[in-house]
Amino acid sequence: MQKDNAKVAATVSTESWAHRHESPMQGFILANRASLGSLAVFLTMLLIFIIANPTVFTSWALYSSVLTTLPVAIFLTVPLVFVVTVGEIDLSFPATMGLSAWMFALVVHAGFDPFLGFAAAIVMGAALGALVGALVVYGNLSSLIATLGMNFVLRGLILIFTEGKSIAMPTLNETAAFKIFSSEVFGLPIQIVWAILFTIFSALLYSRHRFGVQVHMVGDNPDSAAQMGINVNLVRLKTFVFVGIAAAIAGVFSAMINFTWWPTSGDGYLLPVLASVFVGGTPTWGGIGTVFGGAIGALTVSFIQTGIVGAGLSGFYVQFFNGLIIILSLLGHRWNQIRYR
Amino acid sequence: MTETLIELKNIKKSYGNVYALGGVDLNVQKGEVVGLLGDNGAGKSTLIKILAGAIRPTSGEIIVRGKPVSGWNAARSREAGIETVFQDRALAVQQSIVRNIFMGNELVNAFGFLNVKKELSEAHRLMREIGFTSKVFSPHSIVGQLSGGERQGVAIARAIHKQAELIVLDEPTTALSLTETAKVFHFVRQVKASGRSIVFIGHNIHHVYDIADRFLVIDRGKVALEIAKDRIKSAEELVRFMEHIAHPEESEKEGKVKPTFKKKGEA
Repeated sequence: MQKDNAKVAATVSTESWAHRHESPMQGFILANRASLGSLAVFLTMLLIFIIANPTVFTSWALYSSVLTTLPVAIFLTVPLVFVVTVGEIDLSFPATMGLSAWMFALVVHAGFDPFLGFAAAIVMGAALGALVGALVVYGNLSSLIATLGMNFVLRGLILIFTEGKSIAMPTLNETAAFKIFSSEVFGLPIQIVWAILFTIFSALLYSRHRFGVQVHMVGDNPDSAAQMGINVNLVRLKTFVFVGIAAAIAGVFSAMINFTWWPTSGDGYLLPVLASVFVGGTPTWGGIGTVFGGAIGALTVSFIQTGIVGAGLSGFYVQFFNGLIIILSLLGHRWNQIRYR
Repeated sequence: MTETLIELKNIKKSYGNVYALGGVDLNVQKGEVVGLLGDNGAGKSTLIKILAGAIRPTSGEIIVRGKPVSGWNAARSREAGIETVFQDRALAVQQSIVRNIFMGNELVNAFGFLNVKKELSEAHRLMREIGFTSKVFSPHSIVGQLSGGERQGVAIARAIHKQAELIVLDEPTTALSLTETAKVFHFVRQVKASGRSIVFIGHNIHHVYDIADRFLVIDRGKVALEIAKDRIKSAEELVRFMEHIAHPEESEKEGKVKPTFKKKGEA
């Protein structure tokens, strides 16, 4: 008798919570709803473009050009997901990218191996990330304002010291580093392979590594994290260092594509990259986010400009559609995500 | 002589000119339940936050198993085998149950990557132990979806997974239903039976009286009374003492019987 009762109770509770007993497929969708939403946004956009101009959007040349510049955006967007998740923002990455790539250009220009230049750029990026992070975390400044200020300061230093002169690196073409980081593989720009590897590594770091899960905890509830013995300030600082390192990689990739380093290197990425993070489905309030979504967001944002022109509209439409897609995907994510407090 | 697990000596904490704690001693023996009592703002939570390393004392000494320690912080406190269930539960509500259980104490390999399998099986075991028998929740459930009692369960699961030697419970029954409260008491008795120690902070004197072996009453940042349970006749006597220190004149005027024990420093 008692057994029967228990059975009944069990059935009742299963029924009333039936939606929780999801299949693995449903579980996967629920767990990745933000990044899948971003993917849906991209695919919808692509579909509209294809309908608008089938000949252009079924030719490979268009995609190939996007895939050459996209990696730079991905290297900037993905680590920014960490910063936003931890509850901060970093607007200094364009100048960090410019300054680190400058180190690369100086080393290569002086006749050293590009690998050495790459290493110098990464050290520079990490140091700048640590500087910006320390200012925010230990100086207890608003990351929005402090990183904006640092972006101007660092860019200003570049301009003061170079007097606006660019550095050409024509010898880059024959080096091993160029083959590894800037050639083609199976008809694809090799940069995209590095960007995909970086995204996968970052996604593992984000959700399967102690650093990533502590980033979530600190962004969700810094007081709780501190009470549980997490070094909240150090975790915050590390996210800025991560952005610095990745911005250096982005800067070197960008310099290798153009065989030239410009003093404005990185400047154009500030707003598109910021938009990519949020178009990708990472909310502004911290604690949660998605690395894959961020990479897809970068793809969407990079594609808009090429897409608008390819669809046969004049360049004057680019900004309007850029904004429209950002707003629409934010509305979509808002509806798609519940905020727990 | 029992083993002294931890000793706080002459702990002072001031915020500017305001003293939250004005020199408090607290010691916990192995296997005992210490009841920490006091009015709102007496300094109970400040004291246990110092014990948990969440805030730093202005001055004072912390001695773990007979050895004075320096640089005491939350991580050191947990390393020393002290787990605290904070009044606000210290959860991250947008994260899963398993992530909250292992917050700040992730099970990782040499490269810092999570041992997801082990964490999940451990979380399953802990959830059963705490009484999450319903299949409604999995270790992947988001804490924000849970009720107050269930959240308390997650906080307690976190406190027991490391076999801590001392578990500090700060007002663990606040805002809990009767069955949930009963669960917490059942848990306290289990811990005690396994030879581990507990510091139990509570408003409800009857609750604390039932469960504790020794009482520490804090009043305005000082220890007003430290007494073993066998020296008190009943919970009522403890209640009268608390009333007496709260309003000394009033309780005498009303002709209430004075408690048989005196406030520290009282003639």
